[in-house]
Amino acid sequence: MISKLQAAALAAVVTLPLALTGTAQAGATFDGVKQKGYVQCGVNLGLYGFSAPDDKGKWTGLDVDVCRAVAAAVFGDSEKVKYTPLSAQQRLPALQSGEIDLLARNTTRTLSRDTANGLNFAPTNYYDGQGFMVSAKLGLKSAKQLNGATVCVLPGTTTEQNVADFFRANKMNFKPVVIEKNEELHKAFFSGRCDALTSDASQLAAIRAAETQNPNDYLILPELISKEPLSPAIRQGDDEWANVVTWAFFAMVQAEEKGITSENVDASMTSPDPDVKRLLGVTAGNGKALGVEENWAYTIIKQVGNYGQSFERNVGAGSKLKMPRGQNALYTEGGLMYAPPLK
Amino acid sequence: MSKLVQALNSARVRGWLYQALFVSGTLAVGWYLVSNTLTNLSKRGVATGFGFLNREAGFEIGESLLTYAASDTYLKAMVVGLLNTLTVSAVAIVLASILGIVIGVARLSSNWMVGRFAAVFVETVRNVPLLLQLVVWYTIMNRLPSPREALEVVPHVFLSNRGLKFPTFVEHAGHGWAFLALVLGIVGAVLVVRYGRKHRETTGKPFPTLPLALASVVLPPVAVFVGSGAPFAFDVPVLTGFNFEGGAAVSPEFTALLIGLSVYTAGFIAEIVRSGILAVPHGQTEAGLALGLSPAHILRLIILPQALRVIVPPLTSQYLNLTKNSSLAVAIGYPDLVSVTNTSANQTGQVVEAVAMMMAVYLIISLCIAGFMNWYNRKVALVTR
Repeated sequence: MISKLQAAALAAVVTLPLALTGTAQAGATFDGVKQKGYVQCGVNLGLYGFSAPDDKGKWTGLDVDVCRAVAAAVFGDSEKVKYTPLSAQQRLPALQSGEIDLLARNTTRTLSRDTANGLNFAPTNYYDGQGFMVSAKLGLKSAKQLNGATVCVLPGTTTEQNVADFFRANKMNFKPVVIEKNEELHKAFFSGRCDALTSDASQLAAIRAAETQNPNDYLILPELISKEPLSPAIRQGDDEWANVVTWAFFAMVQAEEKGITSENVDASMTSPDPDVKRLLGVTAGNGKALGVEENWAYTIIKQVGNYGQSFERNVGAGSKLKMPRGQNALYTEGGLMYAPPLK
Repeated sequence: MSKLVQALNSARVRGWLYQALFVSGTLAVGWYLVSNTLTNLSKRGVATGFGFLNREAGFEIGESLLTYAASDTYLKAMVVGLLNTLTVSAVAIVLASILGIVIGVARLSSNWMVGRFAAVFVETVRNVPLLLQLVVWYTIMNRLPSPREALEVVPHVFLSNRGLKFPTFVEHAGHGWAFLALVLGIVGAVLVVRYGRKHRETTGKPFPTLPLALASVVLPPVAVFVGSGAPFAFDVPVLTGFNFEGGAAVSPEFTALLIGLSVYTAGFIAEIVRSGILAVPHGQTEAGLALGLSPAHILRLIILPQALRVIVPPLTSQYLNLTKNSSLAVAIGYPDLVSVTNTSANQTGQVVEAVAMMMAVYLIISLCIAGFMNWYNRKVALVTR
């Protein structure tokens, strides 16, 4: 106990925000958000397609849309969000300490984060997997040909462990080069310091689209070596807040399944389908149960769009990334996106 | 009553009172921060404690002095990181000192070119942020050719963007004996230097210290090496697949960090050396000349002993800065203590413990350096009677 205290005494200096949060405010995130009048949302420092400021300085992306959907549900206005750009290392302490209300920053849902780190996860908004990108010149076809390779790895994620696991499982060796800053890491890879760059496949596609002259010079190998269910996260201890975040996302998925888009949502208000009526609040009940306005889902669809629209706009065909829907298609189309009944 | 007032007015009581208030205030604030952190962590269900150190780390480290694999513990991983920090700091301290002394003396040179060059060097490296310099050095390293087009500097030594690959000796029993002979030789050299000093002090006559000391260091290991049949076998690097196998390597990350730290700190050390030399009045040199001493003797016997007492204290700060600056390694991918600990913290989520450990380790390293330098400072300080 003593050593723990001494260690904490040292650490207290650097984690002053955590120490000064005060003990009274635990829980009740939802009340706090309503009182402030905006959602404080933790996002990536800049990951094209997921959360990055556009040329007008407005945050856009698949993760940003989760923040906007929650704000739309709570306040009826998707713009009532304040963004906190966070590095991989900063993100968990920022959420734990109460600095942010919601973390939508391509964060993989894992057991230890769900337990030891004191987090709760909302439904996965992007099913990803870790892959390898190599120069097309090498003529590689499979990640299993990477024995002896030097691999550039971004720290602060499960990435380092996954790549070590993959090479151990296949009885191969590699040398990691771990650089904290994205730009420097990508520069090291593109200058040839590493044979391969490893990250989530979506990120590799984003890097290839944004940072190469000719994207065809680089190849993303077919193996995905991990499951990366990227999910928004909240602190433990406020179940009402967890409900709002969870169902705000499910509403977007449900809207896609029902074919309701931001363009036709007004026309859908007169739909005879009881599911649609409940979703859009024509039949009251869902809003009261969540503690928000009855038209909460209508506002989300009107202002942010359904999940399919958000996907295409940010990472799909309508973006530079051109990611296929794959696992992120609706379950009706062979994907994993499935919203439980909203009733 | 009047006695109490009297007591409160006495300087001694007041002094005690203020100190007691200050100490208890500091302790109270510290206690509040610690207990509040622990309460908040447990309230949010965040695990605390150092149990994670014994769990499997599960990640690889790019370079290591020990044999390390992903199946080793977090503690071992951090030790590997610590050794990497100590290696780069120790080598950089030596290089920075040598370079700093050379540049510092050069800046005092009466040769216009040499003096100007040293001045430009100092002003440039001192005034550009270290992080930028590191990135520049690293970018230069990465501009080297790929392993398949590696430059063969001398036979079997390859320079590429994977670093400098060079052959190593295949181990042989004779090497151990030669090393032992080297250690004994160094001990012998120290004895020679001591005897030489005593001889000079008692007789006033010079003694050929340098040649004898050198001979003592060089001759015994060479004799043993040749005597044991001169076992020469090399482990030569060979290009296979992605990279060279065999031999040993100095990585681009290490090199970039080493050059960056050495050059940056050398700029400051140069100024410290210059100030130390300028602090010795010119009259001392003239007095030495008048006594008929040679310029080399004047520098060694008169200028340096007096300059050192000015140089050593600020030099200590530079060594401490260099060691702490080595944590910028994370920017260019050298797996130092901070890099490895960051990874551990991210995987376990126990940031408070990890940061506390890093702070404690840097504190200990810094106190050790400061302790050694203070001892050295007392040794070279001017003794006034």
